[in-house]
Formats: sequence, structure tokens, C-alpha cells
Amino acid sequence: MGKPEAISAIPAVDSHALISRLRAVLPSPSLLALPEETKPYECDGLSAFREVPLAVALPEDEAQVAAVLKVCHEMRVPVVARGAGTGLSGGALPNPLGVTLGLSKMKRILHIDPLARTARVQPGVRNLAISEAAAPLGLYYAPDPSSQIACSIGGNIAENSGGVHCLKYGLTVHNILKLRVVTIDGEILELGGEGLDAAGYDLMALMTGSEGLLGVVTEITVKLLPKPQLARVVLAAFDSLEKAGNAVANIIGAGIIPAGLEMMDKLATRAVEQFVHAGYPLDAEAILLCESDGTPEEVAAEIERMEAVMRASGATQIRLSKDEAERLRFWSGRKAAFPAVGRLMPDYYCMDGTIPKRKLAEVLKGIAQLSEEFGLGCPNVFHAGDGNLHPLIMFDANVPGQAEHAAKFGSRILKLCIEAGGTITGEHGVGVEKIGEMCDQFTPDALETFHSVKAAFDTHGLLNPGKAVPTLHRCAEYGQMHVARGKEAFPDLPRF
Amino acid sequence: MIEQFRDTIRAATSAGRPLRIRGGGTKDFYGVSLHGDILDTRGHRGIVDYEPSELVMTVRSGTPLAEVESALAEGGQMLAFEPPRLGAGSTIGGVVASGFSGPRRAATGSARDYVLGVRVLDSAGRDLSFGGQVMKNVAGYDLSRFVAGSFGTLALVTEVSLKVLPKPEVETTLAFAMDESAAIEALNRWAGQPLPLSAAFHVDGKLAVRLSGAGAAVSAAKTRMGGEVMADDAAFWTAVRDQTHPFFAEPATLWRLSIRSTAPVLGLGLQAIEWNGSLRWVAATLPAERVHAAAQAAGGHATLYRGGDRSAGIQKLAPGVLALHQRLKQALDPAGVFGPGRMHPAF
Ligand SMILES: Cc1cc2nc3c(=O)[nH]c(=O)nc-3n(C[C@H](O)[C@H](O)[C@H](O)COP(=O)(O)OP(=O)(O)OC[C@H]3O[C@@H](n4cnc5c(N)ncnc54)[C@H](O)[C@@H]3O)c2cc1C
Repeated sequence: MGKPEAISAIPAVDSHALISRLRAVLPSPSLLALPEETKPYECDGLSAFREVPLAVALPEDEAQVAAVLKVCHEMRVPVVARGAGTGLSGGALPNPLGVTLGLSKMKRILHIDPLARTARVQPGVRNLAISEAAAPLGLYYAPDPSSQIACSIGGNIAENSGGVHCLKYGLTVHNILKLRVVTIDGEILELGGEGLDAAGYDLMALMTGSEGLLGVVTEITVKLLPKPQLARVVLAAFDSLEKAGNAVANIIGAGIIPAGLEMMDKLATRAVEQFVHAGYPLDAEAILLCESDGTPEEVAAEIERMEAVMRASGATQIRLSKDEAERLRFWSGRKAAFPAVGRLMPDYYCMDGTIPKRKLAEVLKGIAQLSEEFGLGCPNVFHAGDGNLHPLIMFDANVPGQAEHAAKFGSRILKLCIEAGGTITGEHGVGVEKIGEMCDQFTPDALETFHSVKAAFDTHGLLNPGKAVPTLHRCAEYGQMHVARGKEAFPDLPRF
Repeated sequence: MIEQFRDTIRAATSAGRPLRIRGGGTKDFYGVSLHGDILDTRGHRGIVDYEPSELVMTVRSGTPLAEVESALAEGGQMLAFEPPRLGAGSTIGGVVASGFSGPRRAATGSARDYVLGVRVLDSAGRDLSFGGQVMKNVAGYDLSRFVAGSFGTLALVTEVSLKVLPKPEVETTLAFAMDESAAIEALNRWAGQPLPLSAAFHVDGKLAVRLSGAGAAVSAAKTRMGGEVMADDAAFWTAVRDQTHPFFAEPATLWRLSIRSTAPVLGLGLQAIEWNGSLRWVAATLPAERVHAAAQAAGGHATLYRGGDRSAGIQKLAPGVLALHQRLKQALDPAGVFGPGRMHPAF
């Protein structure tokens, strides 16, 4: 966990002048500038970082978004877009010298086309609200982050969010057709189209996952899929992490793409079981949840194959959800894993590395060793099918130094992921949190290329400055800091 | 090989001479214009890493598509976007750079959807890696998917990591006699139901729909949908995919329209339909403005795929979007060496 980059390049602005210009373009309830009004926006889901913005603008439509951006552009004021603030990497952390642009008032579902299977929505619409609105038509929006009751579709675009069902149905980037985006100078762009591709470069790919650094998304057309007729889940227990990891590889190797394939280790199952009573076996070293969906015939055939592979991979226990209620109960534990861990310790820090699946057992062992070294508990829950780990580092921020200690532990886990040929973030984004680790993940040349791309959208660097992509200066500092601590794990990595 | 490419790029950059990156040249027919000295990728070949249980293959860009597909077939897997094999020489680099996807696209996604990472040389000859070999990766802007479909105008792709999928257990094709309008309606209705559709092709009053998946699911869908089971359907889909079907063989001028799947019959001329209605091929010599206007009215865009006046072929981009393209081209290829004008006269 790094500190947000100092934004020395951007001089402080006359905040009175800024606020009066914003007042001129926004209805009065849409502009918050008093400290007690702006304080609720001081952090996102990564509450270790807090900053209060100069003002919070809550536009009601795209024209107001464009007007706010124009004012900020002219006055050279940083702008931080914000959806529901559930992000876990500090992407929506306010800039103390800037404006937070909240999209929460733009929450209308504009149109659902049942025959073309698309929904056109405003950015503040909650992820789950789309599926709820489409349900009567037998359709749904597939990407389902665990935060789906709260997170906004605009935030999903900015983070390229995933969920349990992404193994089979893809990430946000695979499930959107068209975007309307307002650039920092207030220009409105339409990207993508109602067909499956668009003319020119793939700007949809570039916008998705760009963490609010390239433009503000004001309208999204998503694809809707037919709801599977049936889903059932297999719960399998294993007496070692290795066997569970091998079972994951064997299932995929057998040509099965489960609708979801999730793993939890013993610490996680125990934490969860006390809390939700999902019926997980407590003596297992690891459990797998493996879902099949489709027509009843398809599900029956696939479940049979899944169970056979689990057995051959050494499962000590296999249970199949008998009905929808039991399926939901099996999943309830997985979905409640974060809050359950939160009950055991005052604070937890959720990591998000992705690794090749063949390295699962090795990396988990490495994490267990680090957990001992740092003296902090670390249950693991993860999207095993796509190798996306969520180690949850448990700590108590009230114990002096423990938050920093947890952050160092986290950083070491991310290095393990890079070393295993993986990445520092699978779905939560870099934000301010992993800005330092970006220096390990990318070469200075690659980082420079990112900055050139950014400049093509935002010459003055006003959109979400200091996030997602570190400056080379920042990386130099990061390198020195690590050397000074004498704890550099990979001295052979390039240092600059 | 990388060193050699780097020297070529640096020499081109300092001489201000454009380069035309080329694999097997099977897509030379496509694009606004072709110029520059050829940089042939075919010397840089070979599969770098392939582990079927990871669902990922990493491969050098000059590797023949055929080699990639046969290695995957041995692992019981495939490129799920079914790239058209437009000639024996087709390389994987060309597949990614064109972004062309085949019949399975509407069901499983496009070429760019399956790109997980790329290694490129930029116009300064710098060796850069974006994305990686894992399914989920949001570190940095998604330049690997961005480079897909850019026709060698942004950087030289030297290596690519692709997500791959298991081959379906069973495939069957159903044939129906239907006019265009009924086919568009039927395809969209079916696509809204949980049916294992994996391809559709309509031409000349005949609709073919392929079903793929578990045996049980395919036979249940067959009962539900009706139609006649097509004999020798694998050969039929190969012809559709590789554009050797008679529909593609004849026309001198072929337009490709990517539009809203439910858009009614366009009335532009002889038409074939794919992708549940969202891809329409029109085999007719027409004024570009007319085709572009029709595509735009249907929420999409049209490209002159083959023949005719290539310079008129690309859909007009909105001024802001065009300016952004020019800035991005400038950002990634400041020297302007990579295929200027191939995609668009302005970048
Ligand atoms: C309990 C919990 C579980 C979670 N589970 C998952 C999970 O399973 N999978 C997953 O991927 N994530 C998960 N997350 C993380 C988070 O919910 C996602 O990243 C989500 O997409 C953020 O949406 P948001 O609306 O809250 O965005 P915010 O947190 O408000 O913002 C996130 C980023 O998006 C930018 N942004 C927001 N709106 C716009 C816009 N309209 N235009 C441009 N930029 C914008 C912001 O500037 C910021 O950089 C979880 C979070 C929590 C708290």
C-alpha cells in the first residue's frame, strides 16, 4: 500500500472562485462544499486513505457533467470521478485540491431492448439493478462482483470488474457494447456501437479499466444474456491445498468451464462458518465450490463429470446442492467471506493478485510463510478458476504500526504474484494502493507509454491524478525506499 | 529476431520511411491503403508456452495460424473466436492485428476478447509488455486489447498470449427455410433463450444454425427448435468461416456491416447474415455514403471489405473521435512509421 503521489505539479486554486463557477452550472443541491457535506466522500472501500475534496459535484445529467469538467479544465482543477465508492484500491479517493464528481444522481435505466438483448443505462445505476430490471424478460447482466448490490456500473467500467461467474461469461470488458464518455475538456464522445465491433481503434478496451483517468463515463450499453434455466453447485472438500489446486487444473484440463469455480482455505471456511452456517466441512484444508449452469440436461451431464474429476483428484467429501435454497446457502459463505473475516479482527486488508493456476499451491505456501513471518493471520478466498487470489490480511489498526505492517505484508504477497508470472491486480485496480507495485510490474518504458496514452486524452493530467500509473520519479523514490529498508525481495528487478 | 526487427524499425524511424508489417499477407486485400517497406514477421515463430489447463497459449507473432490450431487441437482446445483462415500463410500476428473473428463470435466473443497480453516493439524500438498470461489483469491501461485490430499501425506485435477454450463436446447444425426478415427475428428470439447457439448463417432463403455443447443440451435444443439436421455441417462452417462459401466467392465488391442485431432487412442488395443478425454482408457495388448511412441508422458501421474504391471504405468517425485516434496514433507511434493510412487516411 503506497501513499498517494504528491501532486505538486498542480497549483492550488482559489476555491471560492471555483465554487462560484460550479454553482453557476449546477443546481444548488448538486454542489457540496461545506466540510460536513464533503466529509462522507473522504474515502472509498479502502478506508486507510482519506482526503477531503474542495467540493463534491453531483450532476443530474450529462450536460452538467460536461459543464463541471469544462470549469475544472479551464481552472486546471483535478477531478475525481466517483460511483458508489465501493472500490478497494482508493481509485475514488478525493484529491484535496480537486473536485469529486459523483455520478450517484445519474441512476436511470434508460432503455431495455428485449429482442436485441441490451440495456442502456446511466453510470450511477447499481450493477444488480440492471439484472433486476431485466429479470422479467428472462435476461440478466452477467458480471457479478460480490459488491453488486452497491457498486455502480460506471465504477465497474472504470475497474473492469469481475465476479464469480466471469470464468464462463467474461469480465466487464466482454459484456459492454457502447459508451458515452465526457473528456476533461467537456467534449462528448460515443465509443463502440450497437453492433459487436466499431470502426477504428478499440477505444472500449482502452476505457475499460482506466480507473477514471481518461474520461467520465456517462452512459453505458450493456449486453444482456438469457438466464440459465438451472444452476447447481458442487461443494468438494480436500485435505491439502495442493490437491484442491490440482482439482482446479484437472477440471479445466478435462474441458469443463464451470459457471463458477471458487476456493476457500481452512481459515476462511472457519471464519465464515461461525458467521453464516453455510454447512462447510471444518476439517478440510480447502474447499472448492464448482457451479454448473444451463439446461437441466446440460447441468446433469456436467455435474457428473465435475464430480468424477473431484473424486479422482482426491476430494474427501463431495456434496451437490439439492435445490436452489441449498445452492444459495453454499454460496452464501463465499459471498460473506469478507465481512466474516471482518468479524474476527477489527480490520482486514484485501489483496487481489492473479497468478497462473499451476502456481496456486506454491504461492499459497509462500503466503502462509509470510503470514508467520509477519505474525498476521491471512485467510484466503479466491476465484480459483481464473487464478485470482484474495488473501485477507487481518490486523488491528488501533495497535500502533500494525496497519503499516499489514501493508508491507500485502506488498510482499504482490511480489510473490509477479514472481509467479502473474499480476498485482486482477479486478480491484491499482488506485493509490498499488501505485508502488506498478513499478515492479512494468518497466519504465511501459510506464512512459501509459503516460503518453493518458496525455492523448488529458493533456494537463487533471483526471484522477496520482492514481493508477506512477510517474518515473515516484518509482525512483519507491526503489530507494525499498533499498533503504534493506528488505528488497528481488534485488535483480530493475531499479530506477 | 527481435534485434533484427529493432534495427529495421530504428532505421525506418530515422529515415522517416514507413513500414508495412506483414505476416502471410492474406489480408492485403483489406484496408484503406498499403504502403511502406515490408517488415516480414514470419521469421519470428514458435509457441512459447502452452499449458492446456491454464487455458492460455503464448506464441510468437510470425507463427502460422495452422500451427497454433493444430497444437490446440492436440490439447482438445481451440481459438474460440474462429478467426477466418484467408490463406495458408495466415499468421497469428495477422489474426490479432486484424481482429477478424468468425462464426462463433456472437456466442463466445471476438479476437480482442481473447487477448490476454502482448509483447510489442514500439517505433523507438523499445521492447514493451502489456497484460500477461493470466485471465484477469487490470494493472495499467489495457493496451494489449487496444493493439488488437489496429492493423499494424501502432506497434509491432512480437508475441501474444491468448485465452483458449475447450472444443465443444458435440456440434450439430439445423437448417431452416426462411426469408431474411424471418431469420433476423428468429435468431434474435433464440439468442434470448438459454440455447447452445454457436453460429448462424443466412443466405438465399436458407438459415443454418449451429448448436455446440454437451450432447444432452444440444439434443434438447434440437427438439425445441425444429428444422432439418444438416449433413456434413463441419465442411459448411469451414466454408463460412474461411469465406470460401459461394456467397463470398462471387462478388467483386463486398461490404461488411456491423449493426444492431435486430435491424430490419437493409435492402441494399444480396445479403448474408451472421452473428445472430448483427453482421450483414452486402455483395453489391454501392455509393459508400449510402452504405454508411444505412449502417449508422442501424446503430453501427460499415466497411468496404473487398474491392471497390478502398479510400472510401471506412465509416466516417465523429470529429472528436477522429481527433482522439490521431492523438493516440501520435502517442504510440510518434515517428509515424507503422502502416500510416492502412486503417484510415488520417492516421
Ligand atoms: C465487499 C466488497 C466486495 C467486492 N467484490 C468485488 C468483486 O467480486 N469483483 C470486483 O471486481 N470488485 C469487487 N469489489 C470492488 C468494487 O466494488 C468494484 O471495483 C466496483 O466496480 C467499484 O464500483 P463503484 O461504483 O463503487 O466505484 P468507485 O469506488 O466509486 O470508483 C472506482 C473507480 O472508478 C472511477 N469511476 C467511477 N465512476 C466512474 C465513471 N462514471 N466514469 C469514469 N470513472 C469512474 C473512480 O474514479 C475510481 O477510480 C468489491 C468491493 C467490496 C467493498
